Amino acid sequence: MDTESTYSGYSYYSGRSRGSHRHGERSRDRHKSRIKESSRSEKSVTINAPPAEPLLGDQSVRGEEVQDDNWGETTTAVTGTSEHSLSQEDIVRISKDLDDSVGLDCKRYLNVALSVILGLVVFLTPLAFLILPHLLWPDRLRACGTACEGLYISVAFKLLILLLAVWALFFRPPRAGLPRIFVFRALLATLVLLFVLSYWLFYGVRILDSQDEDYQGIVQYAVSLVDALLFIHYLAIVLLELRQLQPFFSLCVTRSTDGATQHYNLGQLSIQRAAVVILENYYKDFPVHNPAMLTASKSRAAKHLAGLKVYNVDGPGGNNAAAGIAQSQSRAMIAAAARRRDSSHNDLYYEEAEHERRVRKRKARLVVAVEEAFTHIRRMQEEEKKKAPGDVMDPREAAQAIFPSMARALQKYLRTTRQQHLHSMESIQQHLAFCITNNMTPKAFLESYLTTGPTLQYGKDRWLARQWTLISEASVTSGLKDGTIFLLKCIDFSLVVTTKKIPYIKLDEEFIDPKSHKFVLRLQSETSV
Amino acid sequence: MSFIPGHPVTAVVQRIEIHKLRDGDNLILGFSIGGGIDQDPGQNPFSEDKTDKGIYVTRVSKGGPAEVAGLRMGDKIMQVNGWDMTMVTHDQARKKLTKKNEDVVRLLVTRKSLETVVRQSMMQH
Repeated sequence: MDTESTYSGYSYYSGRSRGSHRHGERSRDRHKSRIKESSRSEKSVTINAPPAEPLLGDQSVRGEEVQDDNWGETTTAVTGTSEHSLSQEDIVRISKDLDDSVGLDCKRYLNVALSVILGLVVFLTPLAFLILPHLLWPDRLRACGTACEGLYISVAFKLLILLLAVWALFFRPPRAGLPRIFVFRALLATLVLLFVLSYWLFYGVRILDSQDEDYQGIVQYAVSLVDALLFIHYLAIVLLELRQLQPFFSLCVTRSTDGATQHYNLGQLSIQRAAVVILENYYKDFPVHNPAMLTASKSRAAKHLAGLKVYNVDGPGGNNAAAGIAQSQSRAMIAAAARRRDSSHNDLYYEEAEHERRVRKRKARLVVAVEEAFTHIRRMQEEEKKKAPGDVMDPREAAQAIFPSMARALQKYLRTTRQQHLHSMESIQQHLAFCITNNMTPKAFLESYLTTGPTLQYGKDRWLARQWTLISEASVTSGLKDGTIFLLKCIDFSLVVTTKKIPYIKLDEEFIDPKSHKFVLRLQSETSV
Repeated sequence: MSFIPGHPVTAVVQRIEIHKLRDGDNLILGFSIGGGIDQDPGQNPFSEDKTDKGIYVTRVSKGGPAEVAGLRMGDKIMQVNGWDMTMVTHDQARKKLTKKNEDVVRLLVTRKSLETVVRQSMMQH
């Protein structure tokens, strides 16, 4: 059939070692694709035109480790029907290539160019106001004395302050590329433009045309322009920076794959800006996404589905078997599944207890091994400087010296907790050298392996998915409201965000006189008579 | 034995007459009391209603005059020689019971079993 899912053979035997952690650097940069996690097998979808299944339908079952560059030669694909078999990653890669067009960069450069031009125009306008009379009608100008010079100084300093303020507020590297324009910035830019244009209009009509001789008035006009620009800058600070500082909404962010949840308090932001804040916090707050942990529940679900098969015996429906089972049939299937007495809960319970025991045993062995390894080296004292240079090691060598004694225990522990793809041997040795240099204890060294940390903790190449998609029913430039729900999707998972308004808190006061704290005993006596 | 403030208390009571026993200079009755309006009613193990501040019999010594007369542990004392015991302090109750010039105290006591017996006997008719 066209839509069979097949097992292609490059999961195990394509020359990739389990413990090592090779990234196709080239492919990474080129495709910005995510790194596969290791799992038991890999499903690849055989697509023959026309495709009967949705393109990214089986998205949750993630494939193997990263693309080996030679996968073309080393795969042994057991396909049923066609010769053209594209695996899922290929499809995703191709679609991403199409997305990653030149257009996005162009937009960013256009923005930068526009804002630079606007800035230059605004900055040079007061200077132009001051200089033009001297150029156009120098002889008719009434010389103005000290008052004008004072005004020159004030213009100069105000322009300097404005320049510094604009540099501080606007000349920062952008933290994110937003899908729509930033509404407040656009409004402010429009306001500034209109403002400066109206000043130019007035200047052009009243001063240039009539060739006014009162130079002091012109200078004062220029000063008023600079003052107004400073006030517009104050408005910019309030709108762009200060308004969203006061918390107004509480956002609940849940990861779709494993349900990890965090809450953030944000101010009145538009949906896209809120999304940026959430993503910045995602990398530090959420434990790293580990697809290897999800396979257990999927296998259980697969067993459920495999238990009952529904055969469509009436008429053609080969292609629709997967897509559309009749309503009644599906209901019957669910009812039958509910009635069937299976013991999968029993399996789950014992499996989890067993896993727990195994993890604890491995952890104990690991802790002992690491502690013992750390006892083998110590910092060189001052008076030992005379030792032969062969004995003295720098941190990296020291790490390499003690690493073998703990490597096996660490490897086993990582494998049991399914973290082995997150740490390469290189990174472990680097971390060990780092801990040795900073006089950390074995417990401190182990902490990053015993608990899964946030995504930030792992190397930069682990920062999967810098490309996020914002999915929202409301317009993304509209503000957050109570009950707004939007999704932030990346390739492997999505973050579901719900908004709740922080309630209005009414505080009352109650005064307690310090002298009013008095106590009596609770009596309970028994008297014999 | 429930108590509604402002309403008269009705209870099925038993009359118990205890003859005090002379023990040297003391006259002893052979039981212990607990409770009182100055005490904490929540710690009374015998009361049904934990806000009841009445006087309860907490212990009856074996073979003493009280046990002989029929007093039982957990009884609530309503009257002693005509004096009310439902709204007295612990010390007042003790004083009323241990008057030196009285040889006999006549108590009105109530307990839950009295009420059930009366109700059962009424139901039989």
